[in-house]
Amino acid sequence: MPENHGPYLVRGARPLGGDPVDLLLSDGTITRIGAGLEGPQDAQVVDADGLIALPGLVDLHTHLREPGREDAETVETGSRSAATGGYTSVHAMANTDPVADTAGVVEQVWHLGREAGLCDVRPVGAVTVGLAGEQLAEIGAMAASSAAVRVFSDDGICVSDALLMRRALEYVKAFDGVVAQHAQEPRLTEGAQMNEGCVSDRLGLSGWPAVAEEAIIARDCLLAQHVGSRLHVCHVSTKGSVDIIRWAKERGCDVTAEVTPHHLLLTEDLVEGYDPVYKVNPPLRTEDDVLALREGLADGTIDVVATDHAPHPVEAKETEWSDAAMGMVGLETALAVVQRTMVDTGLLTWKQVADRMSVTPARIGRVEGHGRALAEGEPANVVLYDPADPVGVDGTTMASKSSNTPFRGMSLPGRVRATFLRGVPTVLEGKTA
Amino acid sequence: MPAGTRAVLDGPEIDRALTRIAHEVLERTKGGHEVTLLGVPSRGVPLAQRLARRIERVEDIAVPAGSLDITMYRDDLRLAPARALGRTEVPESGLDDRVVVLVDDVLFSGRTVRAALDALGDLGRPRAVQLAVLVDRGHRELPIRADYVGKNLPTSLRENVDVRLSETDDQDAVLLGPSRSRTGTTGTGEEH
Amino acid sequence: MRHLLSTGDLDRDQATLILDTASELAQVADRSVKKLPTLRGRTVVNLFYEDSTRTRTSFELAAKRLSADVINFSAKGSSVSKGESLKDTALTLQAMGADGVVVRHSASGAAHRLARWVDGSVLNAGDGTHEHPTQALLDAFTMRNRLGRLEGLRVAVVGDVLHSRVARSSVLLLTTLGAEVTLVAPPTLLPVSVHTWPCEVSYDLDAVLPKSDVVVLLRVQAERMRESFFPSVREYTRNYGLDGERLGRMPEHALVMHPGPMVRGMEISAEVADSPRCTVTEQVANGVSLRMAVLYLLLGGS
Repeated sequence: MPENHGPYLVRGARPLGGDPVDLLLSDGTITRIGAGLEGPQDAQVVDADGLIALPGLVDLHTHLREPGREDAETVETGSRSAATGGYTSVHAMANTDPVADTAGVVEQVWHLGREAGLCDVRPVGAVTVGLAGEQLAEIGAMAASSAAVRVFSDDGICVSDALLMRRALEYVKAFDGVVAQHAQEPRLTEGAQMNEGCVSDRLGLSGWPAVAEEAIIARDCLLAQHVGSRLHVCHVSTKGSVDIIRWAKERGCDVTAEVTPHHLLLTEDLVEGYDPVYKVNPPLRTEDDVLALREGLADGTIDVVATDHAPHPVEAKETEWSDAAMGMVGLETALAVVQRTMVDTGLLTWKQVADRMSVTPARIGRVEGHGRALAEGEPANVVLYDPADPVGVDGTTMASKSSNTPFRGMSLPGRVRATFLRGVPTVLEGKTA
Repeated sequence: MPAGTRAVLDGPEIDRALTRIAHEVLERTKGGHEVTLLGVPSRGVPLAQRLARRIERVEDIAVPAGSLDITMYRDDLRLAPARALGRTEVPESGLDDRVVVLVDDVLFSGRTVRAALDALGDLGRPRAVQLAVLVDRGHRELPIRADYVGKNLPTSLRENVDVRLSETDDQDAVLLGPSRSRTGTTGTGEEH
Repeated sequence: MRHLLSTGDLDRDQATLILDTASELAQVADRSVKKLPTLRGRTVVNLFYEDSTRTRTSFELAAKRLSADVINFSAKGSSVSKGESLKDTALTLQAMGADGVVVRHSASGAAHRLARWVDGSVLNAGDGTHEHPTQALLDAFTMRNRLGRLEGLRVAVVGDVLHSRVARSSVLLLTTLGAEVTLVAPPTLLPVSVHTWPCEVSYDLDAVLPKSDVVVLLRVQAERMRESFFPSVREYTRNYGLDGERLGRMPEHALVMHPGPMVRGMEISAEVADSPRCTVTEQVANGVSLRMAVLYLLLGGS
């Protein structure tokens, strides 16, 4: 934690991409906004000329790996990575070892997040015991714990049993929770290695057909509507999924959906060289899918961008494709990828970016104090982003403990300059506190 | 013909040289009954065929002629990308106890002949091995000499000897010119 | 050519050069001294993660006929079975000065990965369900030897195309060399995007056989039945097995090929397997010459 918690006077930032103003952050809140502000004597001035100010980003889908795989990431290093990417809150997925399926484990993760103090870590609880898909975990106990879990997911594994899914959807209604489904029909994806299609057929890799995702999404939307529950669909990756969610929303289903930055930018062609840095679940899909996902995010069919930040140690990726772990890190590149795919293409305004990456994810996760407007009296969770400072991505220099970024070697258009968590800089001048 | 290149042997001169070599072979081998001619690809092969026909014309005997590719026995394989192989065709009469006359177009460093001797050793056990070349341009790097020479041609190392034969090049001629780049000269009359 | 990973990397000239070179090297098998000095001082490592005595022996013999030093590195009983990663194994081979690595692996793309980690040449001797380039090359070589050409040749590839590395390599290679390939299998054993491949597709073996100069039979593992790719061995054999009667409906000159190991009574009847039109043993002999050609072209030059 920085020694000086004193007031910060942010000069010349453009809230949501609008006209430049000054922001005074003190005592954890945005105390004043206006042109030519005079700060108190002890205020530190942050030159934000030309930088975009956004509410601190909220990630609905982060793998922090602790407990169990501290060689890949810890709550602390993951929090640092999140802050570096402009996040002030992340949802830590339940597939740890032990699995976050009891109040004890979620409270441990929550405490570790508080100790690190770099962003608000919100544990996600498992839907079923041990992610085994057989028996509901103690969802109520996790909700009532000090971690106050609201998002439940067996992410990595689909709750494929329709009856169990129905029960979970119903059960979380009692405390305004949501089930975040990893939509993957297990039988259709046995041994799946990449998107099923021309490339997988040529490369001789078992395919992950789009229908395996779409069929579960369709089923879950119908189930959620039937029982009147909230459903959240994790990492939507196909054009068909976008169509189904659009249809479900039209008929009144309370469904929200997320898309990852990598699915907004990358396609399956990258698998050609068999480099497992591109191995991820759901897999990279086709150009058509990428365009449909961008369109879905623009028109609100897809509600949020979530990173699915999935750190892995080097040896999990420096191996044969079929033996390699699935997943890619994403916290530190998310905003720049969204700028490149959505803002620079004219599909989203910065205000809409704030909505997709902060306001709506906070609402879905019921995260207090995040995703709020940049207005006087609101919590000082703010990210300052330079949209005109291209950065060459290099996994080895990231704050994350792992370096498995699929964007390595690419140039992304901007970078986070500062992140404030309740008025305290977790990142300043591009460096973590 | 590129600038600075001149013909040192024309078609009729090549004919006369081969005829003379045919007579010398008959003389040295006492009638040529045990002779097998093996041409080294690419231009040694048609030369061996021509020699065989000339000997047959003079003596009215059948002279087996074939080819012996030496690519796999070269000592400079690693200096260039892998080369396409030439043909090896051993006449039905085989090589054991024959007098094998190796035929090549140009004798230069002697390394091709060294490789040919190695290749020959893996194919059989001739009674004797002799060497016939159309042109000997000197600059030997190994203790090798030809038994039959069409023409001794003193050259500079900066020069290039190019043998053209109607079977492969639409004309008969031996050209002497300034050296080209050494790459891509394989089998075009320039011994390595 | 630095590596041989996929037949898709070969253009027509390169593929033809390999076949022509193999034709010349085939003579070596008939000589008293079946050895050439070409790769003397070079080291070839056979790195086999899957048991395949047939392919390994073929590569070993090919390398030895070219005077290379051969090291057999099989997964069993080595550091590999003790959990050493492919990359660490690659670095070990590198340190040993391997000029060429012949790799057989159950993972598709393993040869590609290896090629990034070693300086020497990598020869793909079969990677998962991806490719098996030398098998496709030796099949093409056998066809050319027997029928005199590849251009315009009508080749039916029959069986478990979906899981076959030979099928992938053969479609790419034979198409490059001007042959017309038809894949024949039940729809369950064909890739979903097979319509984008440069070949014809049929579900009807009896319709294809009379129009085929060559039929290549792929092994069909009985376990595919348990995975519901087809209902029973009997039904598969009835529709896609090659028996004497079906052979009789092929043109007189037509060949039957099989990359081995054959499952008699499944994709091929004993009668067909033992017929003179079946080239299985010839394919094995050609395999050595073909692999000599590839080793020479990859390792013989600078």
